Amino acid sequence: MELKDGSRVGIVGGGPAGSLTAYFIRQIADRIGTKVDVDIYEPTDFNRSGPPGCNMCGGVVSEALVQMLAVEGINLPSSIVQMGIDSYVLHTAADQVSIRTPLEEMRIAAMFRGGGPRGCDPGENGSFDGYLLGLATELGARHIPSRVRRVVWENELPVIYTNDGPGRSYDLVVAAVGVNAQGVKLFKDLGIIHKNPRTTRTAMMELRLGREKVKRLMGNSMHVFLLDIPRFEFAAMIPKGDYVTVCVLGRDVDSELMDKFMSSAEVRQCLQGEFDPGTQVCRCKPAINLGGTRDLFADRMVLVGDFGVTRLYKDGIGAAYRSAKACAVTVLVHGVSRKDFAKYYWSTPRRIEIDNMLGKLLFGCAVFFRNFTFLRRAMLRLVRREQAVPGRPLLMSMGLWNMFTGSIPYTRIVRGFMRPDFLALFLWACLREIFPGKQSPGSDGPARGK
Amino acid sequence: MIIIGKLGQKYEDGVNIFKQQEMGDCMYIVQKGIVDVFWEGSQGDILLSSLGPGEVFGEMALFTRQPRSATVRARGKTRVLTIDKRGFLKRVHEDPSLAFRILKQMSERILKLDQEMARLKAEQTA
Repeated sequence: MELKDGSRVGIVGGGPAGSLTAYFIRQIADRIGTKVDVDIYEPTDFNRSGPPGCNMCGGVVSEALVQMLAVEGINLPSSIVQMGIDSYVLHTAADQVSIRTPLEEMRIAAMFRGGGPRGCDPGENGSFDGYLLGLATELGARHIPSRVRRVVWENELPVIYTNDGPGRSYDLVVAAVGVNAQGVKLFKDLGIIHKNPRTTRTAMMELRLGREKVKRLMGNSMHVFLLDIPRFEFAAMIPKGDYVTVCVLGRDVDSELMDKFMSSAEVRQCLQGEFDPGTQVCRCKPAINLGGTRDLFADRMVLVGDFGVTRLYKDGIGAAYRSAKACAVTVLVHGVSRKDFAKYYWSTPRRIEIDNMLGKLLFGCAVFFRNFTFLRRAMLRLVRREQAVPGRPLLMSMGLWNMFTGSIPYTRIVRGFMRPDFLALFLWACLREIFPGKQSPGSDGPARGK
Repeated sequence: MIIIGKLGQKYEDGVNIFKQQEMGDCMYIVQKGIVDVFWEGSQGDILLSSLGPGEVFGEMALFTRQPRSATVRARGKTRVLTIDKRGFLKRVHEDPSLAFRILKQMSERILKLDQEMARLKAEQTA
């Protein structure tokens, strides 16, 4: 079971996972000299503003993904990137600290998945999803702007039906569906997906503050909040031109929790005043995947996208990129049978899933730290110490940076936090917080190299 | 200064992005503007090529562990994205097809060099 000259691939869903799968299938097929037709079924017009064009996401492309996409030849244009992020500010109940990367380079892209928040003028903001879909069609994929009504088996081939015209049969169907998408039902009806992944709700809102105010209040920084509010885990404020996107994660996130966060002293300090509800132009509560589903493939059918597996809390687009690439390589180099997917594709989502287990441990630790003032202060003390003198190893700073930006796998972050020199420094910082004593000028850490 | 909607590091006209003989642990991709590649010799700088948006440079240092073979300088205001060696090479081992575009660009450069060498030899013979 393999793709040959003239084979046809149907992709249900034109979000990042679907568009990137189409893009890589067309690109790799061209490189190895195989002619494969690719259709993408996506009814959403991503250039529309507000909910009709939106894919409900924080809209951050991580540092690692910006680099990998650039290496792939996908350089995000200025019309898509609303803001380049070069640093982040961590707000806790104890204090706040700004963390910059060693290169001080804008390598994180803040963007809108659709045409921007409700009320935007058409064309005011470039859509990331629309851009990726455009790249796939430039490489020869066909965009069919219809909603898929049914996927059935006919003569041992999957057939896709829309409201318009007869069904089209394919050698491979890719389900690029998210946890919030209606398309999941199609594959449940077909018996491919048996069980939903474990999910939780997040809350997101878009604030229209105006470009000047966003510049003044946020700079080129993502603001992360680790606050002591019941049911709250963490929140991020992401500047995007005229807007700020607010994402809140926690247990049973509801309006009450959102309001408590927005009226907290830390948010008031960040916004330099009370939150004005009149600036809120969009609000949603999308589900996010907390645990992958096992039903990722069958003969001639494969699941990519965040319904299957995604990175915990962060870098969902990065997970979509990795799944899409692994899927494209598998179907063109190895084949489209269940056995091929199990042997060559499964390792990629599996690796993400295992990494997420360590992610849960890390975020669990962050919540634990939040509850103890001395731990919070020790963490901030270490970050300040590292940031004060150029050239010092940025152990805590980079650990936190990578944790909140999703730039590297959680496994590598945990490995960094397990380093004996980091643990010694952290112990020293904790002791300094528990026994403040007298601080002599210039004493800024344990003696080194003596 | 805040830059809206732009990624990478900004370089002003004439600023060196890296110098010949420096050790390097990253490569670069031009995001905006043009960079010039110079070979610094005893008789002054010789312009080898100019690169525009999407083009990669500094990749040789990632694969050879040798010092930079040329100096790269911004022509006008440019924007350049840095690609970390460690992250890139790790990904290449996971997904070797990631290096395809760089291989293609290196092959094109070798082709150009071959043509240039043939032209110089033909001039010498004449």
